[in-house]
Amino acid sequence: MTPVVEVRDLRKVYPLEGGEDVVALRGVDLTIEPGEFVAVMGPSGSGKSTFMHIVGLLDRPTSGTYAFAGHEVSALPSDALADLRSRALGFVFQAYNLLPRTTAIENVELPMVYAGIPAAERRRAALEALDAVGLAKYAQHQPNQLSGGQQQRVAIARSIVNRPQLILADEPTGALDTASSEDVMALFQRLNDERGMTVMLVTHEADVAAHARRLVTFRDGHIVADEPVKEKVPV
Amino acid sequence: MISLVQTVRLALQALVRNRSRSLLTMLGIVIGVAAVIVTVAIGTGASSSVANQINGLGSNLIIVIPGSVQTTGAKTGNGGASSLTVADGLAIAKLPGVSAVSPSVNVRGQVIAGGQNWQTTVTGVAPTYTTVRSWDVASGRFFSQNETDSAAKVAVLGQTVVSQLFPNRDPVGQTVLIRNVPFTVIGTLIGRGQSAGGQDQDDTVLIPYTSALDRLVGGTSAGALMVSATDAAHIDSVQTQITGLLEQRHGIVAGQPDDFSVRNLQDIAQAASATSAILGLLLAAVAAVSLLVGGIGIMNIMLVSVTERTREIGLRVALGARSAAILRQFLIEAVVLSTGGGAIGVVLGIAGAIAIAVFAHWPSSVPIASVFLALAFSAAVGVFFGYWPARKAAALDPIRALRFE
Repeated sequence: MTPVVEVRDLRKVYPLEGGEDVVALRGVDLTIEPGEFVAVMGPSGSGKSTFMHIVGLLDRPTSGTYAFAGHEVSALPSDALADLRSRALGFVFQAYNLLPRTTAIENVELPMVYAGIPAAERRRAALEALDAVGLAKYAQHQPNQLSGGQQQRVAIARSIVNRPQLILADEPTGALDTASSEDVMALFQRLNDERGMTVMLVTHEADVAAHARRLVTFRDGHIVADEPVKEKVPV
Repeated sequence: MISLVQTVRLALQALVRNRSRSLLTMLGIVIGVAAVIVTVAIGTGASSSVANQINGLGSNLIIVIPGSVQTTGAKTGNGGASSLTVADGLAIAKLPGVSAVSPSVNVRGQVIAGGQNWQTTVTGVAPTYTTVRSWDVASGRFFSQNETDSAAKVAVLGQTVVSQLFPNRDPVGQTVLIRNVPFTVIGTLIGRGQSAGGQDQDDTVLIPYTSALDRLVGGTSAGALMVSATDAAHIDSVQTQITGLLEQRHGIVAGQPDDFSVRNLQDIAQAASATSAILGLLLAAVAAVSLLVGGIGIMNIMLVSVTERTREIGLRVALGARSAAILRQFLIEAVVLSTGGGAIGVVLGIAGAIAIAVFAHWPSSVPIASVFLALAFSAAVGVFFGYWPARKAAALDPIRALRFE
């Protein structure tokens, strides 16, 4: 099977004016196969966020290669990257990033709007995605009428609505209380187990990472550990 | 990729989400466009009413007025002499290119009817006056040549005089006293309103010039001769002929000043409409400045909006919006704000122009071209002032934008 993500010797250097360059990634090799649930951990400054942005096609590596679903993407023009993001990637952020004063279903539809999918088809897929996160009856609610956990589940519905090849979650539980965090992580596990969705999760909390199947640890721009999760949290 | 229609929908959604701010942003353009429409309406109304009134004085009208007289060094103004006579008028009527001549003999005096009285201008004219001034009767009839020849005591009243002397009755058939001489009212004139000079044209009583000379003032001199040329193209040559004829009749040799002056209305009309056109331009320039200020207001709000919506923009980019789609959305938002404001401004401007016409009795008319021009200009304002904020939005780095607090 073609790996979803295959990076080789990935480096990222941020040039600083009048000072030393900041090296965020110092040669990272990683392969993510379809159906994997990978947690990326590491202290702040370890390069895990930079790595996620490059994998999410929001940033480009300084050197190295990145094949997304078998296609080399590090040299693609930015419009092609935008199109890939709309079709093949799903994002979940720490701050939910839902559009205010916009109903849940319209928020979920947004990636399909940019993918140019017709309205009727969008509505159908958005309802289905909301149903998958257990919020079908909140379709007409606006973010300020939903709890934090519910808002994050709407954001997850938005990330899966295009049936992406990879879901990227950046500290998805960072703003949630323990119970809501458990709900959200259980949801990711279910999407991975039942739908075979490939998930890459960035976190600095070990008990959140424990919901994944594979744990990759970053430190100082390197991968220092890559191992299966030993005590996997049961679904 | 996202379609243009879809981008327009996104832009509209964003504007509706901030309803009150969108409306406030439009306000500058609304006021600017409304000001443009109203000022252009007043300017156009003024110049067309000036043109109408001057045309209304009579097509191809030439006016001959007496010149000044010099008595022991002091000159009176034009019209001070009583050098023009009714006979001069009859001679002019025989010139080629002249279709009608009416002398006008002015009699200032009190007019009395029943218990009412009113001071007005009584003018003695010929039956050709209706043609020369293109002014018809509203009721009854104008006096005939027979009545003129017999110096009949008949009068035709202007509408102001009608409303002063006969507030609630039909004046036709009634008697009025002019300088204590009874005249029978045989007709009323169509209302004409104010002249370009601000005079009430309807404040007048017309009687046969023979009656005026024989029964009221005596003598044979006319206050003015109104001559109608057969064709606008002949006005200049007719003017020259009149001058020649009158110089000959009055025995004026070359080098001596004329004791009369000949004027045509085209010159006066042109001067008057040029004045109102300049006034209109000036007003429009002021209005255009306010539109410009409105545009800067839009740019200001759009810039604030881009900063405020940084996270939203980052999200849209992460979800697959190309930077062109972001640019287009923000540009469309600005254009919708400016043209929406323009449309509201057009409606308010037309309403204002109507209100001014109704309440202030200023003539106003809204040219269709000014409506389209205002809308096109406000759309252009949106594109021009929306482009910079939109480009700023499109150039945002999604990673930083997503982290923006």
